[in-house]
Amino acid sequence: MSTFSAIGEEREIDRDEYTPGVEPQPTWCPGCGDFSVLKALKQALPEVGRTPEETLLCTGIGCSGKLNSYLDTYGFHTIHGRSLPVARAAKLANPDLEVIAAGGDGDGYGIGGNHFIHTARENHDMTYIVFNNEIFGLTKGQTSPTSPKGHKSKTQPSGSAKEPIKPLSMSLNAGASYVARTAAVNPNQAKEIITEAIEHDGFAHVDFLTQCPTWNKDARQYVPYIDVNDSDDYEFDKTDRVEAAEMMRETEESLYEGEVLTGRFYVDEDRPSYGQEKQTIGEMPEEPLAERYWDDDYEWERSHDMFLDKHA
Amino acid sequence: MTDDELIWRISGGSGDGIASTSQNFAKALMRSGLNVFTHRHYPSRIRGGHTYTEVRASAGPVESRGDGYNFLLALGDSFARNPQEEAVYGNEEIKPLSENLDELREGGVIIYDEGLLDASEIPNFEERVEENDWHVYPLDLRGLARDMGREVMRNTAGVGATCALTGMELDHVEDLMRDAMPEKILDPNLEILETAYEQVQEEYDVDAPDVSVPTGEHDETQLLMSGSDAIAYGAIDEGCRFISGYPMTPWTEVFTIMSQNLPKLDGISEQVEDEIAAAALAVGASHAGVKAMSGSSGGGFALMSEPLGLAEMTETPVVLVEAMRAGPSTGMPTKPEQSDLEHVLYTSQGDSQRVVLAPGTVEEAYEQSRLAFRLAYEYQIPTILLYDQKLGGELKNVPKSHFDREPNPTLGKTLSEDALSEQPHSEDGKFHRFQHDVDDGVSPRSIPGQKGGRFLATGNEHDPTGHISESPENRVAQIDRRAEKLAAIRDDLDTEDTGSYAGPEDAEYGILTFGSQQGTVEEAVGRLNDAGVSVKSYGVSDMLPFPTEQVEAFVESVDEVLVVEMTASGQFRGLVQKNLGRYGERLSSLLKYNGNPFEPAEVVDGFEAAIVEGDGDAPGHQTTFVPAAGD
Repeated sequence: MSTFSAIGEEREIDRDEYTPGVEPQPTWCPGCGDFSVLKALKQALPEVGRTPEETLLCTGIGCSGKLNSYLDTYGFHTIHGRSLPVARAAKLANPDLEVIAAGGDGDGYGIGGNHFIHTARENHDMTYIVFNNEIFGLTKGQTSPTSPKGHKSKTQPSGSAKEPIKPLSMSLNAGASYVARTAAVNPNQAKEIITEAIEHDGFAHVDFLTQCPTWNKDARQYVPYIDVNDSDDYEFDKTDRVEAAEMMRETEESLYEGEVLTGRFYVDEDRPSYGQEKQTIGEMPEEPLAERYWDDDYEWERSHDMFLDKHA
Repeated sequence: MTDDELIWRISGGSGDGIASTSQNFAKALMRSGLNVFTHRHYPSRIRGGHTYTEVRASAGPVESRGDGYNFLLALGDSFARNPQEEAVYGNEEIKPLSENLDELREGGVIIYDEGLLDASEIPNFEERVEENDWHVYPLDLRGLARDMGREVMRNTAGVGATCALTGMELDHVEDLMRDAMPEKILDPNLEILETAYEQVQEEYDVDAPDVSVPTGEHDETQLLMSGSDAIAYGAIDEGCRFISGYPMTPWTEVFTIMSQNLPKLDGISEQVEDEIAAAALAVGASHAGVKAMSGSSGGGFALMSEPLGLAEMTETPVVLVEAMRAGPSTGMPTKPEQSDLEHVLYTSQGDSQRVVLAPGTVEEAYEQSRLAFRLAYEYQIPTILLYDQKLGGELKNVPKSHFDREPNPTLGKTLSEDALSEQPHSEDGKFHRFQHDVDDGVSPRSIPGQKGGRFLATGNEHDPTGHISESPENRVAQIDRRAEKLAAIRDDLDTEDTGSYAGPEDAEYGILTFGSQQGTVEEAVGRLNDAGVSVKSYGVSDMLPFPTEQVEAFVESVDEVLVVEMTASGQFRGLVQKNLGRYGERLSSLLKYNGNPFEPAEVVDGFEAAIVEGDGDAPGHQTTFVPAAGD
């Protein structure tokens, strides 16, 4: 019996396997966009053939962080903004795991912004889903990094003086090798994009527009949406950085003018993942490190035999 | 002060190779059969600025820096700036000589590089030399080095001159240079070593050295090792194969040693964007089934507070090392202090649980690094190894056999898939990772990827499956269980006392200390005992859970206790009082926080002033005496 026999198991997977028992049931508000992320993941994971016990879902704090409670995989509900460093270390420790990180826009683009930039830069082989509702939901509706300029809230009573973060452009510049945006109101596209993101060998960033019916009533429900990959109005090559950058700029600007553009914006299939890069320079084992602790035949090295003579 | 020791101080500028030269010299002395101990003093600056390293060598045991020193090799500071008396940093050009005179013992030797240092610029130099009976040897080391190839070789010339003047054979120094130097620079260095040696022998009468090198013998192989080396090797031998970090002085040493060695062990080292990430990565790697560590110094460790709390709440084993330096804020980056004690004990919100160990010596640093991993993994609790710039950077000889121990890669209470199937699960198949009633409060864990082991780890309070729960019954059960682990760890630690005791058991007085001051305090106790003073000492290593019983027994057994620590506010004394809850009237403090560690004589003087004479005056302007609460 292998140590981690859930990994690499070949079998049919029912999407109900990802649903916990009677409790806990989702506590998101009626009409919340977060339900669509959960649904898309439950569709995508069986499709890519990953079982609940070979999947590690790491979340941050906020309404989005509750995803862990409703998707029945191995889970790590971390702290605000820190899902990415926990997730990428787990991937380094055991690259055979399917690692998915998720959090809100405040979590990922605000408090965890530094980790977002560096995880994208390093191109870890994982999926990162940002629930972008342009608001802090769980703390009751404060202005967030993606709220539009002029957004009024209890903490920004005169309206925000700040331009919103441009998450797609930031991701591209930081080094993500797959960048997409989808919307809760577009479940088919959401499922396809999440599936592609999981299958992508590198850092796949999905900005997921999740409407907040409670605290962001003024915001659009992200309809109508346009898929830039299907629409004749938009011509660009998603494998070309320059064209992708221009398409992202237009998308990010038009969101605040009421036009919801979605789709795959940048895809680089050639860039090696961080794990591969580290193996190339000889600083990452070929076999998952996590397996070694269960290998009875492994001869554990001692400093006494390897490193002490230079001190003599 | 003893006469049978050499305390050689090499001074110069930062970037002049003072550290590597002194390390080689210390190793040569060790190989000649002596016990050695080094103390380094350097600025937070890459090029220039007064720096020195002391090498203390004796045939008998040495566990501390000495009182002052007796042999100065003053090299120039090649990067000296602001060469005026009025400048903020003073005349840096003469500092390698001028800054080191106060601590040079009577009858001591001075070699200075007259190619770079002008003694006439030092006020009253001649008078001081005469008053203190110093023996001065001005040598043009730079000139010699320049003539023979490269100026940087003046360090080697200075070592050659030192050997000539102390009656030390060159063979051990030469052997070391052969080991350490690339071929290209080896021959000219060997040549200048011998030339300087011979020139001094010819020029001066060296048959009766002013200060001679002692002779000694080791009966087994010795290693020259720092606390940072020992911590890293302890981690490796305990199966740690993952480290994540961000550079910060002085923790960088452990991070560097691990990063250089882990790839050779098929392990992983990650230099990341900040210390929040560093600690979070260690938590993530450990969660996925690897023995992992991170660490930092004060400011960086502050950023680790929240991942530390997450590790506590999710019961993820992890070891963090904290290398203290003088604070607050950026403080004095390259100077030792012990004032992060309370920070490390109490940072992070809530009734949090952790283990904090503070080793006192290089040997203990190895043992307690291993202990930290054992406790972290067996009890699923973050463990912090607290040390300082002094212990991390000072070198001493340790028998190689000290490290001849079996590796221990075990993950603690972690279940195989077979064992998992025997464990309680919910109806939907979720594993009960956080069971209420378990031995020692430790609920066995699973690793992601294992069949039948899925659970949720969360920083929220949670029920046995890991799911968020605010039920009052569950809350109390979980908090109580996590607290039970600390009690179990205290019992575990009591099976082998990590404390260090010196002096007669029935002594009248006591000295308490923790961490890196232990060796210095023990030397002071030895001297006081020799002088007929009835005193003993106890160096405490377990900061949390605190060995209350042992410390109480120690305090109870004596009339008065002096608590010695490198803090300004008496943090360790406060910890003792907090845990004992009484005896405050018996405890007084000897504090030092000027950036330099105690010398044994300062502890002796402090003890005599505070306890023997009882006048409560601090013995010098660099130390502070705080009287007992009852005084």
